Amino acid sequence: MRTWKLPADVDTDQLAPGATMKHGIEVTARHCLESVRPEFALAVRPGDVIVAGPHFGIGSSREQAASVLVHLGLVAVIAPSYSGLYFRNAFNVGLLLLTCPEAGRIDDGEALAVDARAGLITRADGSTLRCDPIPAFLLDMVDAGGLMAQLKRRLMKPPERP
Amino acid sequence: MSAPATLAQKLVARAAGRAHVLPGEIVTCRVDLAMFHDSSGPRRLQPMLAELGAQIWDKHKVVLVIDHYVPEADDESRRIVRIARDWAAEQRLPHVYDSLGICHVVVPQHGHLRPGMFCVGGDSHSPTGGAFGAYMFGIGATEMLGVVTSGEIWLQVPQTIFMQWNGRLAEGVSAKDMMLAMLGRHGMNGGAYQAVEYCGEAVRALDMQERMTLANMSAELGAQAGLVAPDETTRAWLAAHGAPEIDTAPWHSDEHAPGVRHEFDAGTLAPQVALPHSPANVCGVDELAATRIDIAYIGACTGAKLIDLRAAARVLAGRRIAPHVQLMVAPASVRDLAQAEAEGVMRTLRDAGATLLPSACGACAGYGSSIPEGSTVVSSTARNFKGRMGAATAQVYLGSPYTVAASAVRGAISDAREMLAGRAQSTTDEGLS
Repeated sequence: MRTWKLPADVDTDQLAPGATMKHGIEVTARHCLESVRPEFALAVRPGDVIVAGPHFGIGSSREQAASVLVHLGLVAVIAPSYSGLYFRNAFNVGLLLLTCPEAGRIDDGEALAVDARAGLITRADGSTLRCDPIPAFLLDMVDAGGLMAQLKRRLMKPPERP
Repeated sequence: MSAPATLAQKLVARAAGRAHVLPGEIVTCRVDLAMFHDSSGPRRLQPMLAELGAQIWDKHKVVLVIDHYVPEADDESRRIVRIARDWAAEQRLPHVYDSLGICHVVVPQHGHLRPGMFCVGGDSHSPTGGAFGAYMFGIGATEMLGVVTSGEIWLQVPQTIFMQWNGRLAEGVSAKDMMLAMLGRHGMNGGAYQAVEYCGEAVRALDMQERMTLANMSAELGAQAGLVAPDETTRAWLAAHGAPEIDTAPWHSDEHAPGVRHEFDAGTLAPQVALPHSPANVCGVDELAATRIDIAYIGACTGAKLIDLRAAARVLAGRRIAPHVQLMVAPASVRDLAQAEAEGVMRTLRDAGATLLPSACGACAGYGSSIPEGSTVVSSTARNFKGRMGAATAQVYLGSPYTVAASAVRGAISDAREMLAGRAQSTTDEGLS
């Protein structure tokens, strides 16, 4: 697990380029962040974390900008602030966003441990960074794998017993 | 007597079935209208609804607009639009607008938005509905699935940021310039996902479609909603567009309502331009003179409504665009296009050398059509992120339709005020020609 450091103002068109939107998520994933870190899409590994500057996810409502990170196996994004629309989309598709005022102190490539419920990030040197609290119903949504998974549980009839 | 409340608080309280709500509270709201388009809507909703075996909670409260992938340019676009059309037919959706223009303009033009409503849209520019005194905001496809299966959505009650514009705009300066000035001052996330309310003399003086431009780009400000308190201008517009009569009196912020207030002077505002590659990278038009352009683009829900076409025509009347410039005009709706034709506005644009494009999202989102690689563009659209309009190497400047038209004539970014000097004031009343 490693961190990918990104600048401020990463927008939805960088995460999910418009020209890829008519194709499936696999195509979007191949071009994710290519204008910011061209090596990202090929080198990212399941369990990795993005650490970004302020205003992550500004721009469009396209939720592929969040689901593409789930598709690539990212477990969390850590940034000082987010677009509010992106924030909602991320939790809805099961992506954890941590609002960490001191995210800028984390180094590229650093190994981190994340405790979402406690709102704590433990750095490689053992020091900790505090995150803003997240409402429990949103943490539950991420744990469930997103809103669709919750709706399945809520709306779908349980299979009949044999 | 209850505590003073903002317009946003009142709108959310009504939708939450509460007498009063406080900023920061998380509430559940009943949705009066859910709008989505061919890209965010059926292609995503249909398979998820099928998997859940769920139904739309109230088809009369759903509006589908097919605007992003039309006219279909390739097989993928045809597939996406086909899904939308087939699903609309199968579901017997009562409100479908296919290839009639861009959702944020088409929906109010057909009387769907009224003061007091609580609405969601499957598109980031959904705050446009705030121009009508409706609380409207953008959501993603999965959250839209939650809405269409339940008719409800959660919301953290926003604080209100009052953007108060004192004085009156000068001729050749428009709502787009006001918005770029606010973005330059407060940045792309300055709205902090709260509610922005545009107010003051200059806002009250704006035509309905200019108010829509302000509310529309609340998305760029990072606000959840962007509101204008309804007034006589709103009532007149609604009456002309088939919306039922409604009492607008409750829908305003009380005196001493809580909020942050920022003041601006409309009287001294010069045309503003956003440089590549951010809508918040703003300066006065005079600082960019001699920036040569290849493409002038008048399009999108932000910048190609009837009032935007009229603004361009005022500059272009009796003029020709520079020989090296291509001027592209994609009217925001078929209805606006028809009215612009009737008024002679389209003829003026064509005579000046404009190329007419379909009334759809076009190159603004770069989903289908694109601007050329390597070109320098001045555009009346909302976003100039790198690659946004489909060309990674393009340099896109954002300005008002006046600025785009003036720049097309001079072949470089230009101040329309010089070219409008001495020309008669135009009327902004719809229906006059």
